[in-house]
Amino acid sequence: RHDDLKEMLDSNKDSLKLEAMKRIVAMIARGKNASDLFPAVVKNVACKNIEVKKLVYVYLVRYAEEQQDLALLSISTFQRGLKDPNQLIRASALRVLSSIRVPIIVPIMMLAIKEAASDMSPYVRKTAAHAIPKLYSLDSDQKDQLIEVIEKLLADKTTLVAGSVVMAFEEVCPERIDLIHKNYRKLCNLLIDVEEWGQVVIINMLTRYARTQFLSPNQNESLLEESTEKAFYGSEEEDTKDAKAEAASLAKRKPYVMDPDHRLLLRNTKPLLQSRNAAVVMAVAQLYFHLAPKAEVGVIAKALVRLLRSHSEVQYVVLQNVATMSIKRRGMFEPYLKSFYIRSTDPTQIKILKLEVLTNLANETNISTILREFQTYIRSMDKDFVAATIQAIGRGRGPPPCLNGLVQLLSNRDELVVAESVVVIKKLLQMQPAQHSEIIKHMAKLTDNIQVPMARASILWLIGEYCEHVPKIAPDVLRKMAKSFTNEEDIVKLQVINLAAKLYLTNSKQSKLLTQYVLNLAKYDQNYDIRDRARFIRQLIVPTEKSGALNKYAKKLFLAQKPAPILESSFKDRDHFQLGSLSHLLNAKAVGYQELPDWPDEAPDPSVRNVEVPEWTKCTSREKRKEKVEKPFYSDSEGESGPTESADSGEDPVSEGGGATMVAQGTLCSGSEEEEEEEEEEGSREQSEDEEEEKKPKRKEKEGTRKAAQGS
Amino acid sequence: MIHSLFLINASGDIFLEKHWKSVVSRSVCDYFFEAQERATEAENVPPVIPTPHHYLLSVYRHKIFFVAVIQSEVPPLFVIEFLHRVVDTFQDYFGVCSEVMIKDNVVVVYEVLEEMLDNGFPLATESNILKELIKPPTILRTVVNTITGSTNVGDQLPTGQLSVVPWRRTGVKYTNNEAYFDVIEEIDAIIDKSGSTITAEIQGVIDACVKLTGMPDLTLSFMNPRLLDDVSFHPCVRFKRWESERILSFIPPDGNFRLLSYHVSAQNLVAIPVYVKHNISFRDSSSLGRFEITVGPKQTMGKTVEGVMVTSQMPKGVLNMTLTPSQGTHIFDPVTKLLSWDVGKINPQKLPSLKGSVSLQAGTSKPDENPTINLQFKIQQLAISGLKVNRLDMYGEKYKPFKGIKYMTKAGKFQVRT
Repeated sequence: RHDDLKEMLDSNKDSLKLEAMKRIVAMIARGKNASDLFPAVVKNVACKNIEVKKLVYVYLVRYAEEQQDLALLSISTFQRGLKDPNQLIRASALRVLSSIRVPIIVPIMMLAIKEAASDMSPYVRKTAAHAIPKLYSLDSDQKDQLIEVIEKLLADKTTLVAGSVVMAFEEVCPERIDLIHKNYRKLCNLLIDVEEWGQVVIINMLTRYARTQFLSPNQNESLLEESTEKAFYGSEEEDTKDAKAEAASLAKRKPYVMDPDHRLLLRNTKPLLQSRNAAVVMAVAQLYFHLAPKAEVGVIAKALVRLLRSHSEVQYVVLQNVATMSIKRRGMFEPYLKSFYIRSTDPTQIKILKLEVLTNLANETNISTILREFQTYIRSMDKDFVAATIQAIGRGRGPPPCLNGLVQLLSNRDELVVAESVVVIKKLLQMQPAQHSEIIKHMAKLTDNIQVPMARASILWLIGEYCEHVPKIAPDVLRKMAKSFTNEEDIVKLQVINLAAKLYLTNSKQSKLLTQYVLNLAKYDQNYDIRDRARFIRQLIVPTEKSGALNKYAKKLFLAQKPAPILESSFKDRDHFQLGSLSHLLNAKAVGYQELPDWPDEAPDPSVRNVEVPEWTKCTSREKRKEKVEKPFYSDSEGESGPTESADSGEDPVSEGGGATMVAQGTLCSGSEEEEEEEEEEGSREQSEDEEEEKKPKRKEKEGTRKAAQGS
Repeated sequence: MIHSLFLINASGDIFLEKHWKSVVSRSVCDYFFEAQERATEAENVPPVIPTPHHYLLSVYRHKIFFVAVIQSEVPPLFVIEFLHRVVDTFQDYFGVCSEVMIKDNVVVVYEVLEEMLDNGFPLATESNILKELIKPPTILRTVVNTITGSTNVGDQLPTGQLSVVPWRRTGVKYTNNEAYFDVIEEIDAIIDKSGSTITAEIQGVIDACVKLTGMPDLTLSFMNPRLLDDVSFHPCVRFKRWESERILSFIPPDGNFRLLSYHVSAQNLVAIPVYVKHNISFRDSSSLGRFEITVGPKQTMGKTVEGVMVTSQMPKGVLNMTLTPSQGTHIFDPVTKLLSWDVGKINPQKLPSLKGSVSLQAGTSKPDENPTINLQFKIQQLAISGLKVNRLDMYGEKYKPFKGIKYMTKAGKFQVRT
């Protein structure tokens, strides 16, 4: 087999080799086995032609695992490649070397990774970071050595490496949260310039980190809602005054002050809500949901609603998360109610999720709008969706008109709709005092037509439960059911027995014989649950000499007041999973899921995040923070003119552009890179100031107009 | 992260597989096929399917399922967004993304996929960078390659990878320097039976095609930036300039890209440019129903509405429709029960209409719901929100570029309930 290919690979012409490799790769792509060509292919690993080489790499990575001995032949080529002056070749040699899963070369890989981790080129260092989880999955005994490399790479200052190394950290040693301390501030500051995939990973990791290192911003909210606000915005004078009053009333509880590093994280992630990448937006949204003070979480709603315009798969994931959020923070999405309205062209799974959200958002003021909207959904052609709508109506805290709407549905021509309505009406009637004998009568009539077992069972249960409200109809229903007993589904049979028992207790004159009959039928049923039930009930309700003390209480047992069912969302309490995670979506712990820790009661030492070498960045950021505390005081007293704004608008666009160009044109020696980095850091700090301003959105908007006026 | 990728066509064949870690048997896709069968329609296949040892995350585009296999916890959007990026990249490379195209270019596809992920973690997803690593196939290049034996694969690390502007290639040269911006706005609306608006929103995007030499630094400003309520940017846009001055300042990627997408604030009333008059009724007694719709312009600011297309999903009980359009062509598919009417331009003097009768299955009672009408249309040279670009300036380069801007309004998800 494949003799022609072997021949081509052995030839001297690159073009023939290339042709052969292309055909082989096409085979791999189609899932055909090409492993018997291994010896012929591996010879070409040192081929000069770069495309042939690449394709050989593709082949090697695919089949090396199966042909370990032969794969070793290629190793020396990669080792040579690791020393190449061209960084692309160094990187790709490391990439392939670490991708061939041959356990014998673990020491070689380890060495290569260590070397590459201190390479001059950040691209090679990035590749080294990628290689770490590969080696780890091949041989987990290397963990300690790998952690050393991770620690080293975490200290790397380039944005290129940051995402990849955090990824490695998450896969190898997510429990070593202490490795992050020293790099925390750096990661926060670099974040905006990291590539988008890295951002997602870093944000998720930092969410977990923050949960272990900072105090809950909402811990005192019930007691201290106002005072926290004041601690942030209020002037010092006020603070001291208030402090006294608080001290008296709040039994010396320390007012919550957010750790500046906590604030730094919130501030630096916020602009990423504007990312074009849905995963980044979602990551920031979950970070805010889990870490931000309640008053600030609202900002994420707009961005999440924006994602609903995206592909349906994105919608699906986002809606799942919105559904969870909307239970806890209903107010957040209320302004966007209409964005969740359903279109007939939405896929069913999207429709059902939107319904869930709409139901969660229902309150006294908007319930009538929502119910009107639901009325149109009920007439949809998509029957699964109609059923879900009816359930949603049942869940909405609706006033009686909503019950009437459901009753109208009972005369719907579609059986599924009727059945679903019956089930929901049953639940609603239970919640509302039973003065609805009309509805029950109507439902009793339905037993002749409805065939869906769940609905029949529900009707029977209802009639049994409220048989005293419909004394004339109930025995008749039992009579009919006794007739068809043998043909019913199991759940219906059980309810027939229940109905019989309840009637026997309340109206034994009319139903004694019927009950006996039903119980006798049930006694010889095929299903043992039904036989059991029949025996049990007979003992309870039919007094005999042997029957025990329970007999007296039969009526109490059967006709006890039953608490109304609580209809709640399936999304309730899902937020114990980190939002945006796979585990949250599946509502089950996925492999490798890192539990989101609870806030600590006592804040761990914040000084661990101080970087030993007193870098200028750190000091200035400290100063900045002090300023910030005072700023609101000034701006409050001075009204509209924010003095800090001028620094920003005065920034020279041309020079900034020039800077970027210079770097882009300049060679990529490490010197200029670092310079740029400093510039960037400065940038993000300036930006952070802007953000601080946003707390007064109104004022900001006004300023915006002013600026626009100036501009034109 | 992402373990493997399977591409599955409409008839359920796996026509491409790629593994970034150890090989996962394609039998894992059986779980996917099972879910697909249960879902009846392609768009209802759940995007996330758990299986005993793996999780299958999929997107459905261009009649192809892109199924990613993952083994452990990862944000689902991360994978989904990446898969969409893969599709976009293919589209960018080959013009269209179809099974035939992928099969024809399987080697390039494989090389591109190899570069996009390393060990399942995204490596290079910017098309500017990918195109430097692996050149897109053109007829000319294929000819040249076969003669000279040169290759499609670049041997230098794309400089963009390392610079602060990773989205832009370096050494870009054009004889004609041009920058075009398309402001495209879409109206999403739900109109109720009586013609009043239930919800209407405007979503817009600015797509750019920039072919400029060197490292241009552009700023784009708007006459009325306050219209923009919520925005999302291409990574090239400097966020702080936007925050402080409401100006878009950026070094653009080379070629086509989406600069900005935005949402127009809800306070502004949305002008609805067309109306639909409809009279659809099914009668219980006879097996015939009446069907009549007329489309007319409403608030169009004096522009012509063109490219009008009406589609409507009829209830199951409809057997056939006998209709006469006053203009355009119409098709009713008796299998899928989908009526589509290609109207074309709306002439305000002579409104297009579609009239006729509907024959229903005999014996069944009339359907209890009326179909919704979906509308598509286009209006050239109009941004319905009133957004206007003020000016475009270029810094950092000496030449004078040719600048162009185009406005367009389209129907997004525009639905009329009847």
